[in-house]
Amino acid sequence: MLSIDGNFPEYAVPGAKQVRFEPYADNGGSIVAIAGEDYAVIGADTRLSTGFSIYTREQKKLFKLSDKTVLGATGCWCDTLTLTRLLQARMQMYEHDHNKSMTTPAVAQMLSTMLYYKRFFPYYVSNVLAGLDAEGKGCVYSYDPIGHCERSNYRAGGSAGAQLQPLLDNQIGLKNMQNVKEAPIPREKALALLKDVFISAAERDIYTGDCIYILIITANGIQEEKFELRKD
Amino acid sequence: MASILLPEVPVPGFSFENSQRNAFLAQKGFPAPTATKTGTTIVGIIYADGVILGADTRATENTVVSDKNCQKIHYLAGNMYCCGAGTAADTEMTTQSVSSQLELQRLHTGRTVAVETAATLLKRMLFRYQGYIGAALVLGGVDRTGPHIYCIYPHGSVDKLPYATMGSGSLAAMAVFEANWKPNMTEEEGKKLVRDAIAAGIFNDLGSGSNVDLCVIRSQGPAQYLRTYEEANVKGKKQGSYRYPLGTTAVLKQSVIPLEVTSVTVTASPQPMDVEPSHSRR
Repeated sequence: MLSIDGNFPEYAVPGAKQVRFEPYADNGGSIVAIAGEDYAVIGADTRLSTGFSIYTREQKKLFKLSDKTVLGATGCWCDTLTLTRLLQARMQMYEHDHNKSMTTPAVAQMLSTMLYYKRFFPYYVSNVLAGLDAEGKGCVYSYDPIGHCERSNYRAGGSAGAQLQPLLDNQIGLKNMQNVKEAPIPREKALALLKDVFISAAERDIYTGDCIYILIITANGIQEEKFELRKD
Repeated sequence: MASILLPEVPVPGFSFENSQRNAFLAQKGFPAPTATKTGTTIVGIIYADGVILGADTRATENTVVSDKNCQKIHYLAGNMYCCGAGTAADTEMTTQSVSSQLELQRLHTGRTVAVETAATLLKRMLFRYQGYIGAALVLGGVDRTGPHIYCIYPHGSVDKLPYATMGSGSLAAMAVFEANWKPNMTEEEGKKLVRDAIAAGIFNDLGSGSNVDLCVIRSQGPAQYLRTYEEANVKGKKQGSYRYPLGTTAVLKQSVIPLEVTSVTVTASPQPMDVEPSHSRR
């Protein structure tokens, strides 16, 4: 006999049923941004993937938000698309309200607010913002998925962020070196270094490869460049 | 009791003595490290005069490449090789163990061991361990009954096929075989097909990468192991130089041990060589 108050056998108790919902996907990809005196360069690989398969080898992950600001975003690609769409709408509203385009630090602050707005259901995105600030100096802002923001001169993010950052720390931050003179990094060297760290990351990270798409931001506008990586 | 005359024979198979301790540690928040898996493309085909095996050379630990040029085609016997996908240690140990059993069998019978013997040994071992030995194998070889390709799954099931693929890149590679494989291909055609199948895995499966290894086993003569048959991916060329100037590395501690050198001069004068009649000749 089965009754709730009687000798209800333990195994007959209907267990709690858990319904799983996985709203996030990891589509991989890596970003590197380097800021100089009067320029900023930002590069991202062009591989979009999930699990062990590649969706496309030519997905640009850099978003020109204005002629002085570029956002690089990787992680859950659908969240990237939504976030950048909202960001562009908010920037347009700002322009209509104030009759001027947003400066890079202003965009950086707004992005932080927009990420924290979704504190308990975050955008699963690794963001790196690069551009020129109000004085025309290069700047890089990096974020965690829920809105922590930090300004720096160089930053790596995305699936190979942990592989890319140490070489940047050593070569630009001059970490772990003695008797070295600090000097502003010239644009050609920044560009070469950016390509070189990606070559190394593509060797070891399965989600980084195919191509890098690079944007060079100067007072004269934004230049584009492409660089091939290994395709396996 | 163990003694020299009656030694304690270790129990064959795995030792589970640490299982309880490891479960306890995991519960306390110290999980065991994970095994290296070879997200892999391995293939094998039968052609006119034997079999051709192929493999990529990437080994991964999650999303990080842990070995860029590992060997996945393992030696079993002179007439047999075996490609392995899955847990790296398992494929390595299974093939080594079966290889030695096959050699004993060959010495016992004095004949070339049949490929089916290897397939049976492998499937029995894998079935006994109920899938816990994570080895997915493509076995290929020739014997007196002709060329054979076997596909052996971790749980111990076996397929005998004219062309087979395994690993995370198996779908990409099988697509190439389904499109282009035909009976009685020449060796050149066969090598090209296997190369194409592995390349499909290397480029389209993120778990596979780096180079193409081949192994051709003909009905006559020794097997030909073509390590790095093709370097499918060349490493990019660095633009900058990352050499450190002298004195860049910090010296944390320094101690000098003075070496007292006393000079001794030795003069050698030429002497006639000792010549003895040698009694023991090798």
